Amino acid sequence: METEDDLCHNNWGSSSSKSREPGSSDGGNQTFAGFTSQQKWEDASILDYEMGVEPTLQVFDEMKASGQANVDFLQGVRAQAWDPRTMLSNLSFMEQKIHQLQDLVHLLVGRGGQVQGRQDELAAQQQQLITTDLTSIIIQLISTAGSLLPSVKHNMSTAPGPYTGQPGSALFPYAREANNVASQSQNNNNCGGQEFDLPKPVVVDERESHVVEEHEMKDEDDAEEGENLPPGSYEILQLEKEEILAPHTHFCTICGKGFKRDANLRMHMRGHGDEYKTAAALAKPNKESVPGSEPMLIKRYSCPFLGCKRNKEHKKFQPLKTILCVKNHYKRTHCDKSFTCSRCHTKKFSVIADLKTHEKHCGKNKWLCSCGTTFSRKDKLFGHIALFQGHTPAIPLEETKTSASTSAQRGSSEGGNNNQGMVGFNLGSASNANQETAQPGMTDGKISFEEPFSPMNFDTCNFGGFHEFPRLMFDDSESSFQMLIANACGFSPRNVGESVSDTSL
Amino acid sequence: MKKVKQIRVSKPFDLLSEELVFIILDLISPNSSDLKSFSLTCKWFYQLESKHRRSLKPLRSDYLPRILTRYRNTTDLDLTFCPRVTDYALSVVGCLCGPTLHSLDLSRSGSFSAAGLLRLAVKCVNLVEIDLSNATEMRDADAAVVAEARSLERLKLGRCKMLTDMGIGCIAVGCKKLNMVSLKWCVGVGDLGVGLLAVKCKDIRTLDLSYLPITGKCLHDILKLQHLEELLLEGCFGVDDDSLKSLRHDCKSLKKLDASSCQNLTHKGLTSLLSGAACLQRLDLAHCSSVISLDFASSLKKVSALQSIGLDGCSVTPDGLKAIGTLCNSLKEVSLSKCVSVTDEGLSSLVMKLKDLRKLDITCCRKLSGVSITQIANSCPLLVSLKMESCSLVSREAFWLIGQKCRLLEELDLTDNEIDDEGLKSISSCLSLSSLKLGICLNITDKGLSYIGMGCSNLRELDLYRSVGITDVGISTIAQGCIHLETINISYCQDITDKSLVSLSKCSLLQTFESRGCPNITSQGLAAIAVRCKRLAKVDLKKCPSINDSGLLALAHFSQNLKQINVSDTAVTEVGLLSLANIGCLQNIAVVISSGLSPSGVAAALLGCGGLRKAKLHASLRSLLPLSLIHHLEARGCAFLWKDNTLQAELDPKYWKQQLEEIVP
Repeated sequence: METEDDLCHNNWGSSSSKSREPGSSDGGNQTFAGFTSQQKWEDASILDYEMGVEPTLQVFDEMKASGQANVDFLQGVRAQAWDPRTMLSNLSFMEQKIHQLQDLVHLLVGRGGQVQGRQDELAAQQQQLITTDLTSIIIQLISTAGSLLPSVKHNMSTAPGPYTGQPGSALFPYAREANNVASQSQNNNNCGGQEFDLPKPVVVDERESHVVEEHEMKDEDDAEEGENLPPGSYEILQLEKEEILAPHTHFCTICGKGFKRDANLRMHMRGHGDEYKTAAALAKPNKESVPGSEPMLIKRYSCPFLGCKRNKEHKKFQPLKTILCVKNHYKRTHCDKSFTCSRCHTKKFSVIADLKTHEKHCGKNKWLCSCGTTFSRKDKLFGHIALFQGHTPAIPLEETKTSASTSAQRGSSEGGNNNQGMVGFNLGSASNANQETAQPGMTDGKISFEEPFSPMNFDTCNFGGFHEFPRLMFDDSESSFQMLIANACGFSPRNVGESVSDTSL
Repeated sequence: MKKVKQIRVSKPFDLLSEELVFIILDLISPNSSDLKSFSLTCKWFYQLESKHRRSLKPLRSDYLPRILTRYRNTTDLDLTFCPRVTDYALSVVGCLCGPTLHSLDLSRSGSFSAAGLLRLAVKCVNLVEIDLSNATEMRDADAAVVAEARSLERLKLGRCKMLTDMGIGCIAVGCKKLNMVSLKWCVGVGDLGVGLLAVKCKDIRTLDLSYLPITGKCLHDILKLQHLEELLLEGCFGVDDDSLKSLRHDCKSLKKLDASSCQNLTHKGLTSLLSGAACLQRLDLAHCSSVISLDFASSLKKVSALQSIGLDGCSVTPDGLKAIGTLCNSLKEVSLSKCVSVTDEGLSSLVMKLKDLRKLDITCCRKLSGVSITQIANSCPLLVSLKMESCSLVSREAFWLIGQKCRLLEELDLTDNEIDDEGLKSISSCLSLSSLKLGICLNITDKGLSYIGMGCSNLRELDLYRSVGITDVGISTIAQGCIHLETINISYCQDITDKSLVSLSKCSLLQTFESRGCPNITSQGLAAIAVRCKRLAKVDLKKCPSINDSGLLALAHFSQNLKQINVSDTAVTEVGLLSLANIGCLQNIAVVISSGLSPSGVAAALLGCGGLRKAKLHASLRSLLPLSLIHHLEARGCAFLWKDNTLQAELDPKYWKQQLEEIVP
């Protein structure tokens, strides 16, 4: 995956096209026409179409810029896998872009009316600008839709685009093929002057790496273990702690507003004047040297925390893949867990996304181990207990309370009824079910205790002994006698609370 | 003069060391009254006896503080007579017994909670055995408290219906040393709890999982237990062939398997269940859903060392029985009771192979005739127990052969058979016979019984229920010859009079006396028994109209061990009932008398009998007794049964039997 990514970077725009169409005056329409008549070029691959649309170097650069912005955007998407909120923000982002584009076109239309018959050069530039924006919107749309269904991403990624006529699985091989074609053409036709954008393969590859990174987000370590890049085959970057923890890394030079992403900053900058709206200003700054340059080293990141396995000084150093990984790793491992779950008030997190993920499930895990771990499934809990010595199932406190209250309730209902039918019902069961019938009887005894025993005059007895349960020591003579009375009258210390509550009925 | 005598008396005792007295006490301890009189001899004896006694079975939990102070070395405490054991009582036990207590039985007690159990678990650190059966209110939280008793080895939790896997899980983790666990009827416990028990408690030898909603899944873990000897799976409907399909085990230690009433278990599942149990000795397949055919019997191939098999209530084919006989020819016990499909052919081919057979139960195998009994008598000379109730097709001659060939018989059930005096004469040569049931044998007379009386001097139990040919003469010969008699039933033998009772009073070991429906016995006869049979524990005098208060007065005075009495439909009044309150250990009382009892008298009697657990009274009393009194007694642990039967005139015995046969198809 990495090498392919790499390859893609290398081939970035360095291919040539064989069936290139001359740039028409109506580029935007051409694009869509190209999309819909795509079957024609099935063999020639998507590249042809793309190249046909963007004939000039300038376009390429613009495309690249939007592509880069898109990459950042995509990283945002993949940071949190499928999340409605992210989706919403993506959609609104797109909406915003479409509006911007709409405004631009409006502007052009208005201006076109004013200055008719100006130079073709300017018209072409405007077209290119629109085309660029449109392409970037389409790309975002496709990738956003692609993140919808992580499991069937490769198949489904074709669906939102105009490729629906094509078998979904075909796209992925296409991308590789495209790369191969691209690299071949690089060898054959190394025309430095004419470089062409390859947005489609790039996008596909980004999506591929997207998939990988999504795994990585789920369990970072495992994904990294399997990477096994030879040391030195990649470039190690190490951000400083402050840099990692800074809420914003990109600041507007004019108003000072901070942004998490460079792309967002550039979007913001456009509001400060027309000079920021040019393609050059919108392009991603550090990608300019790419075309034609030597193969880039893969970038890997090191954690600034000394002694951490993710720190480059560590013997068994395992690099982190992206800046996002660095940020999450550093927060999770080396920072205080400042976000507490608002439901259970016990679980703490340092990454707010983790908290949100937890809060979604918090409270559903009712199977509790004595070690504090909770499980959503009983068999998982028992598997855990079977595995670890000394762990026991933890019985929730409510159970004891409910048991007491239910017995009290039952007692009160029977006491309230006070008819013989109830008793008869209890005793009507099989004679050997002695114990069972005895139990309800006891609650009866407690309840009816207030009533005087008419034939026996039992109510003259003094039940002083029953508060003594916690006091265990007793003299043989006195307190045991008290206990005798207490017991004989069916009044146990344990039941004092219950019977008191019953009296209020 | 007095002083001199005292010195003289005390001197020989000084020579006795404590150890010697303890040995003497060991020998007399089976008889509690002897121990009592021993301890009352002198202070020293009193102290010695308190030091010596290890097991206690108190009648009231109220006495616990005092008796536990007296008997400091109590290791076994049985509270089955105390229906009400409060947390206070348990903490008393915990404080006074402490680490000396080894076993505690709370199976018949209620009204304790987790708090009391916790005190017990904390104080009695050496508690090895606890029986908490029938604690139907017990929940997981209480089970978690039981888990605090770390040294527990034997645990019974029968019918603790509120328990779930969580509670059992706590116990499994807490009590690592468990070797015997009974979870019978703990219907809330499933595979997970039982599986965890098997994983955590490696020493388990006996595991009772009867009527649990488990499947074969947990058996995979259970059969990995290295020491498992007994596994009871009675009525586990979830154990089916599918869940046992992949079961491969090698449980060499397994000796007993009870898979009775496992409705979904067929021979396929049984084959995998038995696959590794090569040393299995006892197998119970009673009420199995599939027919015991040749196929089914083939699943027993692996367990050829089987010694006992139970097939009660199964439908069996002759082929199946024959195959069982061939495969497991070392069988010593076979139970085929209520197997209505057993034929002479099948049984004959089975017993032919079983030379070692000791116990055979063919109760209600109505198709059997004298042929199979002859075969049994000829091929099983070592037979010790034969139960053949209701084998009414068996001819009289066959019984003669039993007596001739099976001389080692100890237990013989001939209820509802055609045996006659000649047969009894032959059976009287079984000298070690201890239990003989001759109920509903209309052909026997005093003559036959006199042979038994003369021959079987070891007889402990004799049942003559509705054997109407018996009179006082027969009973007197039994009373003379069988002085070890403990149980006798002469119900509905209408010719019996007080003379029989007087003669039976010679059997001083008599414990159970049932004379229901004998119109001719009176209080005088009862008094004779009461005076001389000190161990009398169970008396049934129902429908003896001549029994009145004077009889009960005698019982109340002399039979201090009486636990159960039925005086329904007698001439007893509240005076007699009130006198019964004198008997400390009286537990069950049945007084269904429609008239002549005043409510206040009954109330006084019920209150007087402090240890009462069951009272069966006439329904008319229910509205007359104060409700608060009933509640009070119920709180004390007494259950009430209200009966509204009117006395029916006795039918002619022959007609009665005819009627019985009409009911049974």
